[in-house]
Amino acid sequence: MHELSIVMSVVDIARDQAISHNASKVDKIELEIGSLAGVEMAAFTFAWKAGVQNTVLEKAERIIHHIPARAKCMSCQHEFEMMELYSPCPNCGDYFNEVIQGRELRVKSLIVS
Amino acid sequence: MCSTCGCGGSSNLITITKIGDEVNHEHFHAHADAVNHGHHHHHHHGHDHGHHHHHHHGEHDHAHSHGKKTVIELEQDIMQENNLLAARNRGYFEAKNMKVLNLVSSPGSGKTSLLEKTLVDLKDEINCSVIEGDQQTSNDASRIAETRVPVVQVNTGHGCHLDADMIHRSLRQLNPANDSVLFIENVGNLVCPALFDLGEQARVVIMSVTEGDDKPIKYPDMFDSAHLCIINKIDLLPYVNFDVEKSKKYARQINPKLEFIELSATTGEGIEQWYDWIRKLE
Repeated sequence: MHELSIVMSVVDIARDQAISHNASKVDKIELEIGSLAGVEMAAFTFAWKAGVQNTVLEKAERIIHHIPARAKCMSCQHEFEMMELYSPCPNCGDYFNEVIQGRELRVKSLIVS
Repeated sequence: MCSTCGCGGSSNLITITKIGDEVNHEHFHAHADAVNHGHHHHHHHGHDHGHHHHHHHGEHDHAHSHGKKTVIELEQDIMQENNLLAARNRGYFEAKNMKVLNLVSSPGSGKTSLLEKTLVDLKDEINCSVIEGDQQTSNDASRIAETRVPVVQVNTGHGCHLDADMIHRSLRQLNPANDSVLFIENVGNLVCPALFDLGEQARVVIMSVTEGDDKPIKYPDMFDSAHLCIINKIDLLPYVNFDVEKSKKYARQINPKLEFIELSATTGEGIEQWYDWIRKLE
């Protein structure tokens, strides 16, 4: 359940932003979570409910942008959507792939009031 | 309920204890309700029983709503705080010319047994110290302490991984020597520790032949982030249905750069390769 730690980090970020903008609550928060970020969405949703209680995020609308993983093959330079970390390059079958997108774990934006 | 601050957070109690020096320990909480309880408190119980409380309250000196909505385009990495602390740890390790290994595995792969044997065999050659991570008990740290190597136990409460801040706090108690090797035995868990950089130089994933040989593709994140994979308990290979080559093939599909060492911490077979790997680590 490292998802709870992640939620708590989001709460910290949101609280700091609310404080620095003289606000008392967050109305909306947009997150970007890559498919290879190591976050299990069911666990994240569960942890969110527990983690945001009595915080600035308690009533916030949460929008999650799921970012699909993309990789570049080191052998043939082919770029492709990567379903799993162990997916081979669909062009040449090699496993020397560099993940170029999909590890995102970001707070994209907030609306505070 | 927490007996020191009465905050109802016992499940999140994190303690850091230097074995042999239990009178000096620290505990702090990762509260789930961070706004109301945005404090860390450090208790140093010295012989004079002096208590120092540092409370940093967040909630009480802000929150002046004026009803105006502000849009903040932040683009902030959620792991940023951990990553910054990990970078700070890394700087500390570099300045002290230390080698730092983060040992990760599922429970029961033989991490502690391997570490015990390693310390017994190497401690006269290399200065070693250990940070032990477990949810509860100091059993593992007590085992390590018997090798006379300095060890700090981190109990994470219900936490499933060590993070960079716990390492930072442990280092203050451990005070490791220059040019030494620090072994960090992470909480037995192949999922969560993968995400948390501790500032280590190398991540070592340990699997044993009593586990399934498809473990790498079941838990790809951990194998993706590791530098070395130790396959332990090879003395049991005749009795189990574990295909070493298949397992390596799976792991290489995830991480083609991964190195492998097959060994038995019990019989000592293959263990010199592991020691050489530590000696050569830069």
